[in-house]
Amino acid sequence: MSRLEVRKTYKLYIGGAFPRSESGRSYEVMSSGRAPKFLANAAQGSRKDIRDAVVAARSAVKGWSGATAMGRGQVLYRVGEILEGRREQFVAEVASSEGLTRPQAAKVVDAAIDRWVWYAGWPDKLAQVLGNLNPVAGPYFDISAPEPTGVVGILAPQESSLLGLVSVIAPAIVSGNTVVVVASEDRPLPAISLAEVLATSDVPGGVVNIVTGRTAEVAPWLAAHRDVNAIDLAGATAVPWGELEAAAADTVKRVVRPAGTGTDAVEPDWFATPDLSRTRAFLETKTVWHPKGQ
Amino acid sequence: MTRKFEYAPAPESRSVVDIASSYGLFIGGEFVDPSGGKSFKTINPATEEQLADVAEADAADVDKAVRAARRAYERTWSRLSGAERGKYLFRIARLLQERAREFAVLETLDNGKPIKESRDVDIPTAAAHFFYHAGWADKLEYAGLGPSPRALGVVGQVIPWNFPLLMLAWKIAPALATGNTVVLKPAETTPLTALLFADVCQQADLPAGVVNIVTGAGATGQALVEHPDVDKIAFTGSTDVGKSIARTVAGTRKRLTLELGGKAANIIFDDAPVDQAVEGIVNGIFFNQGQVCCAGSRLLVQESVAEDVIHRLQRRLGTLRVGDPMDKNTDVGAINSAAQLARITALTAAGEAEGATRWSPPCELPEHGFWFPPTVFTGVAQTHRIAQEEIFGPVLSVLTFRTPDEAVAKANNTPYGLSAGIWSEKGSRILAMADRLRAGVVWANTFNRFDPTSPFGGYKESGYGREGGRHGLAAYLDTEGTH
Repeated sequence: MSRLEVRKTYKLYIGGAFPRSESGRSYEVMSSGRAPKFLANAAQGSRKDIRDAVVAARSAVKGWSGATAMGRGQVLYRVGEILEGRREQFVAEVASSEGLTRPQAAKVVDAAIDRWVWYAGWPDKLAQVLGNLNPVAGPYFDISAPEPTGVVGILAPQESSLLGLVSVIAPAIVSGNTVVVVASEDRPLPAISLAEVLATSDVPGGVVNIVTGRTAEVAPWLAAHRDVNAIDLAGATAVPWGELEAAAADTVKRVVRPAGTGTDAVEPDWFATPDLSRTRAFLETKTVWHPKGQ
Repeated sequence: MTRKFEYAPAPESRSVVDIASSYGLFIGGEFVDPSGGKSFKTINPATEEQLADVAEADAADVDKAVRAARRAYERTWSRLSGAERGKYLFRIARLLQERAREFAVLETLDNGKPIKESRDVDIPTAAAHFFYHAGWADKLEYAGLGPSPRALGVVGQVIPWNFPLLMLAWKIAPALATGNTVVLKPAETTPLTALLFADVCQQADLPAGVVNIVTGAGATGQALVEHPDVDKIAFTGSTDVGKSIARTVAGTRKRLTLELGGKAANIIFDDAPVDQAVEGIVNGIFFNQGQVCCAGSRLLVQESVAEDVIHRLQRRLGTLRVGDPMDKNTDVGAINSAAQLARITALTAAGEAEGATRWSPPCELPEHGFWFPPTVFTGVAQTHRIAQEEIFGPVLSVLTFRTPDEAVAKANNTPYGLSAGIWSEKGSRILAMADRLRAGVVWANTFNRFDPTSPFGGYKESGYGREGGRHGLAAYLDTEGTH
């Protein structure tokens, strides 16, 4: 006799808690591949959920950006550790979400774990690599150092539900930013499972907030929100990303455009080793002048 | 009351500069007539005397300039070695130094700023900017921006009127050093030093089309921003225009950097060296008539010393010399334009209407030209327009605080984040405050310092991207590899 499995209710992840959408809505999530089957009902997040998530993200900025760089590195490494422990679960979930074979999905999950490890090594090197002393022509100690920009809105990649997701979250939070993520619309389940990993990995509540739902519905609110400092449009492949960029202009948001040429937006190869371009996009440079004298 | 010494007039001679009666557009290495045949007048804001007739570039002229820049990029500039590019920039730096007096006089005539500022700050810093960037041209792989940084192509640049030549240098020097070619639009009220710079490009034998200068007003700038063959836009100016440029560029693959407005807090703690701080407050808000995006326009002074600081400040303002910008003793010159004067007048009227107390030292203002006296508002609330909006004039709003936490909260309580000042003798307090201020440039026990090696630029709605230093190079390079 086979045992009837206990299914999981997939909810949002806001401020370290797992609420349902305040709208009470959900939508059907199907597997990818030749014979799509029902996987779960995901919460269909609303404008209000986005705003709640921004409030949670803003309130987490002080603690997370004020943590030591070494501490943030240890937390990011911890995420990798916990993800490794849940490897089998994610292999199954990525396989069904993305229509991959188990070996293919295993590669994805391994790369996602390794990505956390790659970023775990960065927090305490960013200021050294991206900052410097400026030899000004005068008696001043003049130093430029990177600082996080604040709250970053992220449209997660639509295709790569785990590796792509990790590849956009990690470069934002590595330096002390907090994020509001709109998960892949059709493949949101690995994002909520990742939230369970984050919730048990010493990542303070509110540092990462994840909203599932319809990208076209919620993305404009995120792009225009006055308390969001930057937006990553990686997942704006099926919505007009130019309109979202224009909505972000009113608050002078820092914008990362989707990959591609012209108006076409495509997903990059997330398996490639990242560079620092995404990390830099969410950093400010602060220059401090201090006089030298007796 | 400190007595103001009476000095005999010490006017700088304007004979060093020849101003033509009319100027064309500088496209493809030569001056050409605008296709529409339109022109506008530029005047001396200190006297309202007409200085020259300047061509107004329309969309066809801008297109011609962009084509010239593209041609120069493909045929000449991108084929030169970094070392040869750098040598052109060194030449330009030297030419600016050689002709410094000429540029200083012309800048003061066209802009209204005191000759001592154009002579001692604007022109030498502009030359230094070219000298600094010249050396980067063949060393970009050492800039820490990835292993093979590449030029973007044709860059469109739009600059303001407050530091005309210096802003030109901040834009053109890094763009050329990184291998791009340029179409630059100077501000409509201050085109003359940019046009004299075209002469410097000719003297330097800079290949035709590497630098193109299109004069005009907002429509000219818009044509440049909208041009499909421009790879990058760099803009310095108001936050409103910056936002509209960002909307225009949205959805294209054009790169964008913005250096916009500010409402900087200059924070005076009770342990500050007071006389030095007063000099810093004066420099912070009255340098260049306060027409500085990073001006220290909000004075935050600790309550226990507020009375003393304001008293000393008012006494010091009584000694400022307001008047003829060409006089070497002048501290505060003319407002750049009638439109700017109207904005300053309107915002100060709002300050009074909202209940703040207005004070200016007794000073006689010249009969002609655009003038505004140094002005201090006390009793300012955070909600007042003069505490929130950029005035861009010689107007200081004074607020007080009790604790460092309150100072930080008030300093950061603005959509801007360009600069800030901290005055205290306690180093640990300065560093802790500097960490908490959301501003791109923080000056401790000094204000309004600029250097080519030191990155400048804002947080929040003051813009994005940096100018100067290693960081400024990133604005003109394609460094992206994977994701």
